[in-house]
Amino acid sequence: MKRYIWMTVSLVLIAAMLLSGCGKKATTGGTAEDPYKVAFIYIGPPGDLGWTYEHDRGRKALETEYGDRIETKYIENVPEGPDAARVIRDFAQQGYDMIFATSFGYMDPMVEVAQEFPNVKFEHCSGYKTADNLSTYFGRMYQARFLSGVVAGRMTKNNTIGYVAAFAIPEVVRGLNAFTLGVRSVNPEAKVYVVWTNTWFDPVIEREAAVALLDQGADIIAQHQDTTEPQKAAQERGMLSIGYDSDMRTFVGDTVLTSPMWNWGPYYVETVGAAMDGTWATHQYWGPMKDGVTGLAEYSPKVPQDVRDEVEAARQKIYAGQDVFCGPIKDQNGQERVAAGQCMTDAEMLSFDWLVEGVVGTISE
Amino acid sequence: MRIVFEKRQSVSRQAILLVPVLSFLVSLVLGAILLLMSGVNPLAAYAAMARGTFGSVYSLSETLVKAIPLMLTGLGVSIAFRMQFWNIGAEGQLVLGAVAAAWAALFLHGVIPDALLLPVAILAGMLAGACWAGVPAGLKAYLGVDETLTSLMLNYVAILLASHLYYGPWRDPQGYGFPGTAQFPAAAWLPRLWGRAHWGVAFAVIAAALLWFILNRTRWGFELKIIGENKTAAHYLGINIARNVLLALLLSGALSGLAGACEVTGISRRLQQGLSVGYGYTAIIVAWMAQLNPVAVLFVAVLMGALLVGGDQVQMMMGLPASMGLVLQGMILFPMLAGSLFTEYRLRLIRREPVAKTPTATPVPTSEVQS
Repeated sequence: MKRYIWMTVSLVLIAAMLLSGCGKKATTGGTAEDPYKVAFIYIGPPGDLGWTYEHDRGRKALETEYGDRIETKYIENVPEGPDAARVIRDFAQQGYDMIFATSFGYMDPMVEVAQEFPNVKFEHCSGYKTADNLSTYFGRMYQARFLSGVVAGRMTKNNTIGYVAAFAIPEVVRGLNAFTLGVRSVNPEAKVYVVWTNTWFDPVIEREAAVALLDQGADIIAQHQDTTEPQKAAQERGMLSIGYDSDMRTFVGDTVLTSPMWNWGPYYVETVGAAMDGTWATHQYWGPMKDGVTGLAEYSPKVPQDVRDEVEAARQKIYAGQDVFCGPIKDQNGQERVAAGQCMTDAEMLSFDWLVEGVVGTISE
Repeated sequence: MRIVFEKRQSVSRQAILLVPVLSFLVSLVLGAILLLMSGVNPLAAYAAMARGTFGSVYSLSETLVKAIPLMLTGLGVSIAFRMQFWNIGAEGQLVLGAVAAAWAALFLHGVIPDALLLPVAILAGMLAGACWAGVPAGLKAYLGVDETLTSLMLNYVAILLASHLYYGPWRDPQGYGFPGTAQFPAAAWLPRLWGRAHWGVAFAVIAAALLWFILNRTRWGFELKIIGENKTAAHYLGINIARNVLLALLLSGALSGLAGACEVTGISRRLQQGLSVGYGYTAIIVAWMAQLNPVAVLFVAVLMGALLVGGDQVQMMMGLPASMGLVLQGMILFPMLAGSLFTEYRLRLIRREPVAKTPTATPVPTSEVQS
């Protein structure tokens, strides 16, 4: 019947067999001269200028630090879900010594593959499941978010701030709440309007969400996404914005007042160094701003000195141990959720599922 | 002189053999040009693709993981397309099948015996898929509503319903508030054959064999064929068109629902994001490349699965961007789809001078092949 299909299929199979025959066998183990092989799994492309861009900057820091002693590789645009397990397993099978996965949805696949390859070290960003060869790492971005909220609270003219948020998961909810607390610490009249996009990386949807917020009258756009699109949308309307992930001002311009940003290099250098020395042990790292893993990007010239001073004072308070989610904190209904003198525990912050007073919007998909 | 494009009077054996071979070579050459332009040795890239898809028992299992949902949805779509019913809703039927299977796995656990949990989950998935396809089918059969739009729109309803469930009422209470249901109890796991390749492959083979049998050896299959080829004739033959369309579509939806049920019970073992990466849409390509032949669907699905897995391999081994994998997939698919045209049509050069004798009715083929 449709013989050509059979033909094609068998051709592909034959070609596959021939080619795999000539292929080199993947090296297993390794001698002392072999470089230490490190792989990264990215949710977006490094060209997103945001989340993945920063992880890739961390990867490059590794190469700069260790030179020939190390070999790094990355794979981009890996969907969260069943596909991720395949990609992670492929790296483990190809003899990689250490695998970093940089999105929350890679958690179960990482656990699954880590069980199968006890000699490979796994590092998962933002998750909560660990094993003897699987660590987690993240930074207390909410502290930098709070500071950026102080900037926004001072710079808004009509007390209407828009926030383009990805998923209603604890990480994003925590950031939105911290930002709002920062805003209202200096400007109790201001409100933060949230729109959920249900995507980490979708430039078109992120832009649309920002435009919707601008239409509602927002004069500053903050965000929790992987790209610079919300910043660009605000700039096109002549409005200000707060970036995220990277120093977005360098890509968009001075309308980006500042950006709470990641700096993974020091952590990557340290943990890979430990793995190469044999001192690596499983851990759960949630680095404070003080460690430098999170922080504020350089200010735009539009931010006046008195605002900078105010942020600096808030920063010193956090450095001194006065954390962001310390009471009194009320939820959207005006009900007190954290009493004065109390602070939320890590476990509470890691499962944040309510919004603080001042956020307009609901937690939903 | 001019060039005409004319239908072959019958499909020649040479064309059937030569066209796919040539299309495949053209595909490889086009891809090679692209790879050379990005500074990569095409042979090395193709070798990486081949190794990563068929090179080992493990990589073959990963190719199958991709191929199984494509086989089942491809079969589902092709039976609908045979009736000229444009079911674009395989994606939604797959997702709803997954939702129903997840419901059974999560909420019937402890209610019914463990041994029944998996079969019930799979049947629930098929039933849900069938119902979801039944909506546009019923609307079309009895009210004449265009099925392309209704079946497409229902995809979004199913996808949003699923995300509502794993963000909301079905969210894992131990999941730190992250979206996704709890993991299914082990009794609801579809056993794996090796690697992650699971029993879904057996379901697909059985389904393909059954469909082939129905279409070629039963009265019902004969009726379906007539409806697909000529509705008026079917009407005068006294075939109940509405009933047959509805039945065929229930079958089509059940197959897609089965794909979804296998995906949640065999691979992710929970309902979560990233359940389907567009299998229901890729199924349409699979069905057409297989010319709606159920047995061919199986093989085309494996080929598509290999292309999907191979794209990632190019990225991993060659350090090319992800979009390169996608472009390469397109480069390989396009000539193969286009090539199939040449088995039925041919190009002819016609000289102007001999106007009197028309060159149209010259039969070319040496032997005839039934298609």
